Amino acid sequence: MAALSGNLLYVAFFLYLAATITFAVSVTGRKWRDKAGEMTGNKWGFIGYLLSVAASLFAIGYFITRWVHAGHAPVSNMFEYMTFLGIAIGLAFNVIYAIYRSNVLGMFTLPIVMLIVAYASLFPREVEPLIPALQSSWLTIHVITVALGQGVLSIGMAAGLVYLVRTLDFTKANKRTRAFEFVMYSLISLVGFILIGYLFNAMNYEATFNYVNEQDVETQMEYNLPPLVGPNEGELITENRMEPFFNAPAIIRSNDLNTVIWSLISGLILYVALRLILRKRIGGAIQPLLKGVSPQAVDEVSYRAIAIGFPIFALGGLIFAMIWAQIAWSRFWGWDPKEVWALVTFLFYAAYLHLRLSRGWQGERSAWLCVIGFAIIMFNLVFVNLVIAGLHSYA
Amino acid sequence: MKKVTCECGHKNPHGTEICESCGKPIEENLEQKKLLDMRYEGVARRSQTYTTTIIDKIWMFFSSVKVGIWLIVLTLLASALGTLFPQEMYIPPTANPSIYYAEEYGYLGEIYYLLGLHNLYSSWWYMLLVAGLGVSLIIASLDRVVPLHRALKTQRVTRHTNFMKRQRVFGTSSISQEEVDSTFSKVRERLEANKYKISEENGNFVAEKGRFARWGPYVNHIGLILFLIGCMLRYFPGMYIDEHVWIREGDQVVVPGTDGQYYIANDRFLLEFYDENDEIFGEAIERSGSPVVKNFQTDARLYERTDADTVGDLGELVEVAEHPIRVNFPMSHDGFNFYQLDYKLNELKTMSFTLENKETGDTFGRMDIDLYDPEPSYDLGDGHEVIIRDYFPDYFLNNDDVPSTRSKIPDNPVFIFEMITPETPEGEVSFVGIRQNLEPLGENDYKMTFVDVETNNVTALGVRKDRTLPILIAGGVIFMIGLIQGSYWAHRRIWVQRISGDVWIAGHTNKNWLTLRKDIDEAIKETNLKSPLDQVEEKEKEVEVPNQTNKNED
Amino acid sequence: MKRSRLIMRTSILAVIAIALAYTFYSNFIADRSVARAGNDAVNFALQDLEGERFELEEYRGQGVFLNFWGTYCPPCVKEMPIMEDLYEEYKEQGVEIMAVNVNEPELTVNQFVNRLNLTFPIAIDKGMRVSDAYGISPLPTTILIDEHGEIVKVHTGGMTEGQVKEFLEMIKPGT
Repeated sequence: MAALSGNLLYVAFFLYLAATITFAVSVTGRKWRDKAGEMTGNKWGFIGYLLSVAASLFAIGYFITRWVHAGHAPVSNMFEYMTFLGIAIGLAFNVIYAIYRSNVLGMFTLPIVMLIVAYASLFPREVEPLIPALQSSWLTIHVITVALGQGVLSIGMAAGLVYLVRTLDFTKANKRTRAFEFVMYSLISLVGFILIGYLFNAMNYEATFNYVNEQDVETQMEYNLPPLVGPNEGELITENRMEPFFNAPAIIRSNDLNTVIWSLISGLILYVALRLILRKRIGGAIQPLLKGVSPQAVDEVSYRAIAIGFPIFALGGLIFAMIWAQIAWSRFWGWDPKEVWALVTFLFYAAYLHLRLSRGWQGERSAWLCVIGFAIIMFNLVFVNLVIAGLHSYA
Repeated sequence: MKKVTCECGHKNPHGTEICESCGKPIEENLEQKKLLDMRYEGVARRSQTYTTTIIDKIWMFFSSVKVGIWLIVLTLLASALGTLFPQEMYIPPTANPSIYYAEEYGYLGEIYYLLGLHNLYSSWWYMLLVAGLGVSLIIASLDRVVPLHRALKTQRVTRHTNFMKRQRVFGTSSISQEEVDSTFSKVRERLEANKYKISEENGNFVAEKGRFARWGPYVNHIGLILFLIGCMLRYFPGMYIDEHVWIREGDQVVVPGTDGQYYIANDRFLLEFYDENDEIFGEAIERSGSPVVKNFQTDARLYERTDADTVGDLGELVEVAEHPIRVNFPMSHDGFNFYQLDYKLNELKTMSFTLENKETGDTFGRMDIDLYDPEPSYDLGDGHEVIIRDYFPDYFLNNDDVPSTRSKIPDNPVFIFEMITPETPEGEVSFVGIRQNLEPLGENDYKMTFVDVETNNVTALGVRKDRTLPILIAGGVIFMIGLIQGSYWAHRRIWVQRISGDVWIAGHTNKNWLTLRKDIDEAIKETNLKSPLDQVEEKEKEVEVPNQTNKNED
Repeated sequence: MKRSRLIMRTSILAVIAIALAYTFYSNFIADRSVARAGNDAVNFALQDLEGERFELEEYRGQGVFLNFWGTYCPPCVKEMPIMEDLYEEYKEQGVEIMAVNVNEPELTVNQFVNRLNLTFPIAIDKGMRVSDAYGISPLPTTILIDEHGEIVKVHTGGMTEGQVKEFLEMIKPGT
């Protein structure tokens, strides 16, 4: 069952890839359409949609088989949650596509789904037993609803990106294009991190250090990437490994910092390479593909996605969370960092929805807000979990 | 206050932008703008009009959406700031916060502590922010919902040409006079089939759908206000009880917060782990390197004191509930909930000793000392007796080098024994603790030899009573209803009028314009009417065209 | 019209302001402890070390100096001899001292009492019922009850000789 579950996820991943390519063809294909006739563009979009739906079905297959195997819903650790978030974004895309038939949205959303699923796979993938606090059907209800909400909100971000690519003037160097390139660089860094992670995973790379931790206790730390930064008073004990250039102070988890540096560097290399090949800003390179897209329509898709996602998120991330917290921890709210960041997310989108009522906050500003909102969601998922560990710490 | 009379005859309140009845733009300067601002139907928000007194100024301040957004953003930033370092409740309970933050997080940690950010969420200014949000919710909603309701109620079917022209979705079609009636009825039918409600007047009609979505925001604000009121009530006496209690296995204690009405007993505390060789979880457990807890459980029994006797007198206890309390599965009784919160394994309970002759190794009797209630002396038979001269449950040497105890919990029990035997009738003194056996008053012939120890587990239960829960639940439910009502439906209106021989179509929606246009296109299918245009999109195209050509050039 | 609107607004704002003011008062300023000055002292009964029954109600007409303590609490230990010194003097003037130990083993308490030669009534609060009824958390806590059974003062923390004397004076009957 476990093997079947894993294979279903692989299939889903490649179907997402196929759907992405198909949508890309459908978007870029418009140029050829003029010469070849009317049909091509639309047909590719429909095929892409079918592939995306198929991918979602396989992904749900993964989810159900893993559920059966583990005896509890696979949403209890980083790998499982993040994978499900990817699946949820895919599902949300299927729904929004059914309303708006926007091929370009698929071209932007599905790569993000793939990135998230691939990133998730870098976390330990074993089926973990549930600690008593997680043994509740509210775990399933709360987490699934949150993921679906965040999935729909992510579509808002994808549409926001489309809007920005479509409307920003990439021939100029200004705050907005720089900010957009920064977003691109962040995504590329994630790609870099995933590639490097897989590479060294495949090589079974491991380097162990003796070091002194923040409580002045001598202990060991393991690296899965070559150490650029060593731990406090670190001493390498694995043979044939490179020596770090310098050691981090004790309060910093140096192997995490090392990972961050690796992804930033690999991201930078990839980014610079892309810029050299394209000879213009990444956004500027994509822009011509989106000529036929109406910014007004994309803005509406983005707003619609947020309007659909916000209630789901509020229900899962706040209301169900409170019910569960009341049952499990005897208080519905405890100002745990994860809770606080769910509240921050809620307040952020609440501010967004109110701002949309004001003049001048539709279109570009709104698109930027969607991107920031997604950044907050990812921050809560990755940073709060791994760094500011609270009650929700899975790892 | 002065009323503004529109040319259609309707009297509008001062400050109205668009006539409530016919939709003609009222203010002169509005005439210049291309599209009408349809927010709140252009009604006069109550606060905008009177700002003479201080009350009016406060009212106006909280009524502003801009202020509301600022409050949301400030709350957001403040909340996020509180997660920079852990709050005081999440640092180790024994740590002294004034030292902990500086030590653990350096200079920043010290500032964090000094600014009081370690208790941010219960600080007066954070509560003030949330209270401000609440006030803004109440006043801003009140200020909008009443006039909006009136405007939607008074709206007339036939609208002013200026209103029609300046809707975002607008178009005119010239069709022959013979067609008009049949076209109109066809469009009407199609719209009705699409669940639009039609109102007709002088041959013109308006199709409307989903008006109730307009009330969504106000409904969800009511829910939020109710929720905040529930949170506020928590600070009122008697509404909320939050206590915890430690109970040893086999023990029974009064439940705090119940005025001695309830007693709770711990029959057994259970800690279970997952099997390391589990077929499914084995791999994950191996990686984590330590056993994974499967269950914390207290088999609890709840008693109620029946006769309202004097505190301290035990009176009669009647068992009222029995329940295995687990994490996620609390015990409930009479509004009180009992939660599994914490535990301590293997707390010392009894220690057993025997008296041993150091020279011969002979032992005499056995004494089991209840560490919570030791006897003053133990008779070991045949003239052997051990007197406990002193007992320190949690021994330490205090600053004056006097033996003392740190608490009443026997974590480090130490005894001063006096051993009396037929050979040493005047008694020998020994000082005995865990792995300690001293002879402070000189060499002894006898010693106390440790035989056995018995431990038991202690559980910590949370005791909660929360009378605010029903209000919070009601608030949450209303909030969700309002949110869904406002988010998943849109208020759409389509005006179809005959104006100077042409057919004019104008449409307005509070969101999802593409869908509105789809609805219109669907309705005018198979007629000779032209699809109205989205004027915003048209304008966008106008701007885009020169841009596009520029790009093609380079 | 304008007037009624102003009245409306003023009353809504007033209701909100009062509710918020009370919440803030209750959260930040109000004393929410179980036993506080001005309240009637909850009646209780305990057996002292001698086996005598001590019921608070029977001491109506006398002041009661109710001290909660433990042998593991240094300030408690420090104030015991002071209380002992003043005990007889004030007993004659109608003030009774009652020291309630917070559920330590009898042996520990007995040895402690013998070591310090304490003569005033001392009881062990088995099951912590009295401590719970009085909401005692830090030790020592001293509760001063006057001849009418009303709490005059709640003092937490150690006491100097001057303070003990002052407190005993406060609850002398007929003052």
